Amino acid sequence: MEQRPTLSRPGLALALVSAIGMVLAGVGFHIALIILAIWLGTLWLSAPRPPQPDRSGGDGAFTRASVGDLIEHSATPMLLTQGSRVTTANLSARRLLGSHLVDQDARVAFRHPEAIALLARDAAGSAIIRGLERRRDIWSMNRQPIGDGFAVIELVNRTSEADISRAHTDFVANASHELRTPLASIIGYVETLLDTPGSLDEETSDKFLGTIAREARRLQHLVEDLMSLSRVEAEKHDQPEEEIGFASLVERAARDAAGSERAHRLEMHCNSPVLIAGDSQQLEQLVRNLVDNALKYGDDDKMVSVAVDMSDKGEATLTVEDRGEGIAAEHLPHLTRRFYRTDPGRSRASGGTGLGLAIVKHIVERHRGRLDIDSVQGEGTTVTVRIPCKAPSQAAVRDIAKLS
Amino acid sequence: MSEHTVKAFDDDITRLRGLIAEMGGLAEVSIQESLDAMVQGNEGLAEKVIKRDRKIDAIETDVDKLAVRIIALRAPMADDLREVIAALKIAGVVERIGDYAKNIARRVGEIEGRKRFEPLTLLPAMGDLAAEMVHDVLTAYASRDPELALEVIRADAKVDAFYNSIFRNLVSHMVENPATISSAAQLLFVAKNIERIGDHATNVAEMVHFAATGEYPPDEDS
Repeated sequence: MEQRPTLSRPGLALALVSAIGMVLAGVGFHIALIILAIWLGTLWLSAPRPPQPDRSGGDGAFTRASVGDLIEHSATPMLLTQGSRVTTANLSARRLLGSHLVDQDARVAFRHPEAIALLARDAAGSAIIRGLERRRDIWSMNRQPIGDGFAVIELVNRTSEADISRAHTDFVANASHELRTPLASIIGYVETLLDTPGSLDEETSDKFLGTIAREARRLQHLVEDLMSLSRVEAEKHDQPEEEIGFASLVERAARDAAGSERAHRLEMHCNSPVLIAGDSQQLEQLVRNLVDNALKYGDDDKMVSVAVDMSDKGEATLTVEDRGEGIAAEHLPHLTRRFYRTDPGRSRASGGTGLGLAIVKHIVERHRGRLDIDSVQGEGTTVTVRIPCKAPSQAAVRDIAKLS
Repeated sequence: MSEHTVKAFDDDITRLRGLIAEMGGLAEVSIQESLDAMVQGNEGLAEKVIKRDRKIDAIETDVDKLAVRIIALRAPMADDLREVIAALKIAGVVERIGDYAKNIARRVGEIEGRKRFEPLTLLPAMGDLAAEMVHDVLTAYASRDPELALEVIRADAKVDAFYNSIFRNLVSHMVENPATISSAAQLLFVAKNIERIGDHATNVAEMVHFAATGEYPPDEDS
């Protein structure tokens, strides 16, 4: 772009004419030349600089579109605002906040007071906001004005950092008690057996050994469940990508959970082809835990129904329904808490660790799904898991077309 | 929503929605902080919640003024009219939600012997449910999503069940520990306030559904 200032033509002409006039009028040639030089010098200094390209008017629309293109595929959610309105949002931002936010007031997208304070200040800055997508997540929001009322907003997810420290305290608080109980009884019985060699009759010592074996196995289950819980938690923040036929996975995992002796109690409705993006190992565990619970806590002679369907909103739904005594309403909200038991005695007797539903909840959360537990006492319990569907790839569409 | 010929009308509606979202954001934070203050006995935080309520009230007045101005000057029709009417009503309800959060914050100083007062541990889970409803309903409002609104309406039953459970729990606690009756009675009010927050979130959900579809959601109680 031409950056050198241009001299105005009338000014040049006037200077030249005056110089010639001065020479003709008899002023010395050198003096006239010096005056001309000074004149031209001042003209050059005061010449108007070429105007800066205007960002908002003229080809400003083009500039904005190109900024939009520039940020579109950035992995960081980014937005462009003009005044209080969102004018452009890149793909990640639309995925995070919904595509409705374009052309809305930015406050609709970020309603946290800190964010609104940041939007109201017309200066660069950042804010920590909670509950952007889900209620508990933490994001840092950076805003940089770029002139003409435009500003770029960038969002960075900080949830995982905050989660790690909380997960540690939770784990220590909950797990140590649960781990210590079986250990205490193992140690107690073993010490009794060691201290009194020969004085115990066979029946009693067999009973003791049985208890030790049972408690050790319980400890083993507990450790296994804790391991898988912490594995799920560790991966909580990376979204699973694997393309999975949900119905066949559910069917396989449910049969697996029931085993040969309980398989006749399963009633499967897994015919709709539903594709989701997920982690097959974790989803199998989810189904196993739910089906095992239903078989365990439902009545022994009643069927357990397992159904996979597609909701109107494009979510894969898994429903596991049992008929049995059900769960009292006051327990429902706590069910997914670690080590929560509605009836500690029964749960212990059936070898439960108190972690099954906590694992389920974490797996559902990792898949950005929802978990609902409904129960009517005396009738039974229904667990519904909803996981957003993957937009089917071309190959998958062809497969489904072939199937139907 | 499609654009209007009068650009200023679009601006007004956008501003109205922005104000509602701002109010909602404040209320959401107030609920969370009032419960945190209650559980931790943090009176400074409670004071902050009480102060914030004035801000919510001020925005409600702004919404009222703007809505009346839109109706008077632009005579909106069909979905625009629904949008404005819904905003007017939602602002009133969100203001109530803010009041409940303030009421909870006011009671923070009234609980004695916090360390050994076991019923306190019941509140956060219930508060979480109600706060989740408020969060979801505001998201539903932002995205004009009637389905999510229906989900919020369904979630209210859980909060109600929770309230009943806490009520029974507190009453039996009072019977066993007469010394803590005054604190436990305060907690009853707090639980009631949370339950009302859930009810009001349901009201907002109904209006979101109405603004989006023109119909009130089917009554699921029966």
